[in-house]
Amino acid sequence: MSVSGEDPLERMGKIDFGGVLKEASLAYVPETAIGDYVIVHVGFALSKVDEAEAQKVFEYLKRMGELGELEERRT
Amino acid sequence: MKFLDEYRDGELAQQFAQEIHRVTTKPWNIMEICGGQTHAIVKFGIDELLPEKITLIHGPGCPVCVTPLEMIDKALEIAARPEVIFTSFGDMLRVPGSTTDLLSIKAGGGDVRIIYSPLDAVKLAEQNPAREIVFFGVGFETTAPATALAIFQAAQKRLKNFSMLISHVLVPPAMEALLSSPNCRVQGFLAAGHVCAVMGYEEYFFVAEKYRVPIVVTGFEPLDILQGVLMTVLQLESGRAEVENQYSRAVRREGNQPAQDLIKKVFQVVPRKWRGVGEIPKSGLGLGEEFAAFDAEKKFGVADHHVEESADCRSGLVLQGQIKPHECPAFGTKCTPEHPLGATMVSSEGACAAYYRYRRHDRQLAEAR
Repeated sequence: MSVSGEDPLERMGKIDFGGVLKEASLAYVPETAIGDYVIVHVGFALSKVDEAEAQKVFEYLKRMGELGELEERRT
Repeated sequence: MKFLDEYRDGELAQQFAQEIHRVTTKPWNIMEICGGQTHAIVKFGIDELLPEKITLIHGPGCPVCVTPLEMIDKALEIAARPEVIFTSFGDMLRVPGSTTDLLSIKAGGGDVRIIYSPLDAVKLAEQNPAREIVFFGVGFETTAPATALAIFQAAQKRLKNFSMLISHVLVPPAMEALLSSPNCRVQGFLAAGHVCAVMGYEEYFFVAEKYRVPIVVTGFEPLDILQGVLMTVLQLESGRAEVENQYSRAVRREGNQPAQDLIKKVFQVVPRKWRGVGEIPKSGLGLGEEFAAFDAEKKFGVADHHVEESADCRSGLVLQGQIKPHECPAFGTKCTPEHPLGATMVSSEGACAAYYRYRRHDRQLAEAR
């Protein structure tokens, strides 16, 4: 991601969509910096992806698996 | 792509599916609100991984599909005017109005242009001072921040040749309308992740408590949807009705504050008609008084058009989750994506189009039998 514009509402960024570069407004994600991942809708970044939270799905699966094993052992 | 491919892992999806099978003891109807989720469910066959007891009902969360017929007719009338450059997201062009659609207006010489972002329409207005630029502002809370900034920029630039035909809709009032209906079969919701990225999910606590329904804010990838279903089933099976957030990598409880601030500044909450459903109070956004000069309905004198909807298309029942797309007699025969009777067959997020694209073989097999 590269960033241009000084006024927060005019801030634009180049976003890499798996190899395709597209420009998007960063008006609503003032906290983002180069290298961040964002969710983009109709040319607007709406949310910065939280990298720690992004692991939660896999942690949930892991806990589920461990619980399942425990139960199997008990029966 | 990072944060995408890893959420499509088939083996992990199976693990979620097995857990859902393990914990499900009773039949449950769960509605996914968003058309993007419907598309993913049908495309990846997620519903086929679930126990028979779990029914996914496809919700009204496709903005193109719920835009009322009379709004399409207003768009057609404005787009046909010679001084107008009519701009829209691509998926609105083939939505049938009473007599024609935007694509046919374009083919007949109307200046109709597909744009990617509402800000492109503001740029067009600056570049074409002698023309009237109109943007068709259709969408949920996800799109509202984009249209709000376009209006705000046009006001700052004092553009006189820019206006917007606005058909913005809001999700929570529609959920309440569904839950209040005597035919309501919905027992739990997967709330639309990107709507909540903007608005947060505090509004849902009231809905969950009042109607005793679990609401799980859910993302759009297969693992997101499966985890959202599992979380909803766990609530249903244990008699809980809480708001939970599966999509925490993108959604914070309070949502996106700068976006909400600009939405509040530019728009006001208004009653809105939903195609196939009827008018729902406080379910739309219209321009606030300060920005009324950018209202295309007033500018082009189409505000008073009222149109009754055709009875052939049963998209209203589909949008309310009362029938599945292939249960409509016109599905795949009188109504196809090439010749749609209703918007649910047009948009990539429409339930009928998703079933036509990914499930038509099922119907053909059923007919052959």
